[in-house]
Amino acid sequence: MKTDELQRVFAAMRSQMLRFARLQLRSEAAAEDAVQEALLAAHMAADQFAGASSVRTWVFSILKNKIIDELRRRVREGNVMDFAAAEDEMKDIDELFDQRGHWAAPPMAWPDPEAALDNQQFWVVFEACLDGVPPKHGRIFMMREILGLETEEICKELAISPSNCWVLLHRARLGLRECLSQRWFGEQK
Amino acid sequence: MMNCKEATQLLSQGQERTLTLVERLGLKLHLLICKGCRASERHFDFLRTAARRIGSPEP
Ligand SMILES: [Zn+2]
Repeated sequence: MKTDELQRVFAAMRSQMLRFARLQLRSEAAAEDAVQEALLAAHMAADQFAGASSVRTWVFSILKNKIIDELRRRVREGNVMDFAAAEDEMKDIDELFDQRGHWAAPPMAWPDPEAALDNQQFWVVFEACLDGVPPKHGRIFMMREILGLETEEICKELAISPSNCWVLLHRARLGLRECLSQRWFGEQK
Repeated sequence: MMNCKEATQLLSQGQERTLTLVERLGLKLHLLICKGCRASERHFDFLRTAARRIGSPEP
């Protein structure tokens, strides 16, 4: 691809990439760095791209890898929350169930959830929910579902057992579902 | 019979690993009688779809 063409594709992607990186890294500066590095790498590989869609795919996979590297670095440096100690964040989830483990208030089906995916406003709410659940839950859910890491990799990165990982993901999903029910799908409890 | 907390645990774990036959049968039985957990199954699927969309390079 020609340089000016490539620049246009980059410019169009930049804000989406920044949002994505900010959500994962929780730091404006770290997000800027990751996006900058990914774009630079793409710039140097400009000859390989046949069209805008191949650039996007490529740049996004580079960006994901940069984010994963940065998360790894934080774990290595001990600059990360203690994932093994999740007990303190269990209370809100336990309130969903009664003493016998049945729903305190059974969740309702969402009307036409697919339609939400095409709604800009939905994504604002979704990101707010990812920010709103306990940080450990949000972090592990994003590693799994947004960065697309396998559970085994996450366990290894965070030095937790698979069952611990499953517990956190379960809680993350319940928390996110509650948040979307309340803030987007308008479930009345 | 498993309760809803256990059923949603299995629904979530079913996205991480292959459930055992016993787990699958128990879950199936629970879903037959529990509307809240049937809704949860669809909610969890939707969360996965939505999250993967965020990481997709499409504009
Ligand atoms: Zn149930």
